[in-house]
Amino acid sequence: MAGAAVLERLTSRAPITWRVATVLEVVDETPTARTLVLDVPGWPGHRAGQHVDVRLTAEDGYQAQRSYSIASAPETPELAITVQVVPDGEVSPYLVEEVRPGDQLELRGPIGGFFTWRVEDGGPLLLVGGGSGLAPLMAMLRHRAARGSTVDTRLLASARTIRDALYRDELETLGPRDGLRVAWTLTRETPPGWDGFTGRVDAEKLAAVAPPPAAAPRCFVCGPTPFVEAVADLLVRAGHDPRAIHAERFGPTGS
Amino acid sequence: MPPISRGFRGRRHADVDPARIPPGQYLTTDFPVLSAGPTPRTPLDRWTFSIDGEIDEVRRWTWDELLALPQETVTVDIHCVTKWSKLDTEWTGVSLDTLLDGVETEAEHVVAWCDGGYTTNLPLEDVMGGRAWIAHTYGGEPLEPEHGGPARLLVPHLYFWKSAKWVRGITLTIEDRPGFWEGYGYHNYGDPWREQRYWSD
Repeated sequence: MAGAAVLERLTSRAPITWRVATVLEVVDETPTARTLVLDVPGWPGHRAGQHVDVRLTAEDGYQAQRSYSIASAPETPELAITVQVVPDGEVSPYLVEEVRPGDQLELRGPIGGFFTWRVEDGGPLLLVGGGSGLAPLMAMLRHRAARGSTVDTRLLASARTIRDALYRDELETLGPRDGLRVAWTLTRETPPGWDGFTGRVDAEKLAAVAPPPAAAPRCFVCGPTPFVEAVADLLVRAGHDPRAIHAERFGPTGS
Repeated sequence: MPPISRGFRGRRHADVDPARIPPGQYLTTDFPVLSAGPTPRTPLDRWTFSIDGEIDEVRRWTWDELLALPQETVTVDIHCVTKWSKLDTEWTGVSLDTLLDGVETEAEHVVAWCDGGYTTNLPLEDVMGGRAWIAHTYGGEPLEPEHGGPARLLVPHLYFWKSAKWVRGITLTIEDRPGFWEGYGYHNYGDPWREQRYWSD
């Protein structure tokens, strides 16, 4: 794309400025992850898959910033982020364990434009999420649901145990069911009677869930770095176009 | 005044000079990975580094030719736009000054291009004057593919997305051409000390 066209596109966007967000609701998703539902006056809207920067300010003026994927659909007026506690983290334990409704924090965005999907982009769609990497993929699924889209969509979600599986109840009821297939794999421990996958995402699980490479699915992979590295490599080896593989990694120090 | 985050104390690093941490950054001792797609893997016998664009004749080096050039080892602090900073990282590679030596050009900008299709733009002067390298060794070991190996651009005075992984060449350009993240709303220049994260900063 020519430089001038990019600059024109950029200057037509709303500036990415800090806004004060108020916590409307906290939802305990798992023992170590919580969703914050936020009211953000003046929010310019987002695309599913984008993220926000959150800034906290201590009483002495010390500030800390972190990035979190947006989990809510663009069609929902409130903004939701799901935060996983990083052991010994600086910000995530505060957001998961301390914050309560009525609290305020600063937020800016939306940020990122590559790891995004709109119904208009079409499918088929392959979503592969590890741990809280499910959050931006959930935004895509909620967007699909809000728009009543029946685009062929496959989700392969990986969690350590059933207790760590994010959004599981909602995923079971999320419509339209036409064209939507949700598969879980549990890597550490399975409950009695578990009929999903067990163990890490591998070539067999991907082949069972994913549309064939010939169907040219748009692939979105999000999770911890080793998870994303492994899944993206498997997809390339299975014959998927590297350019169709969108990756979002968060590192061990995401905190 | 920003709202006070009730009960938030944060964590300061008493053992680190705060003057080394740009605004909005936090210190990490890990080496997080950020890339938009799969990690490309190019065999070294097919690897080359090129300088093209506004230059009379394209310059190109094979892997062995690059390693035969004068090597520099530098210890620098790096700052990722996703908020982490890592101090005293040690890299070995070839200075862009060496690669650009004697080049006459009208260009004022460069676009770095990479395996996997990634690009990023920088002012030409920012990759000269001992401020940019093609780095192939990190902490005394060959640079891991997930961190950009076999070789990445290293421009530590800018946010780390400018230090393009899997770099294969730079194109000298007259006009400024926003690269991959710059086209998605990240800052065109990306100075961490002025907290130039996004285009409107």
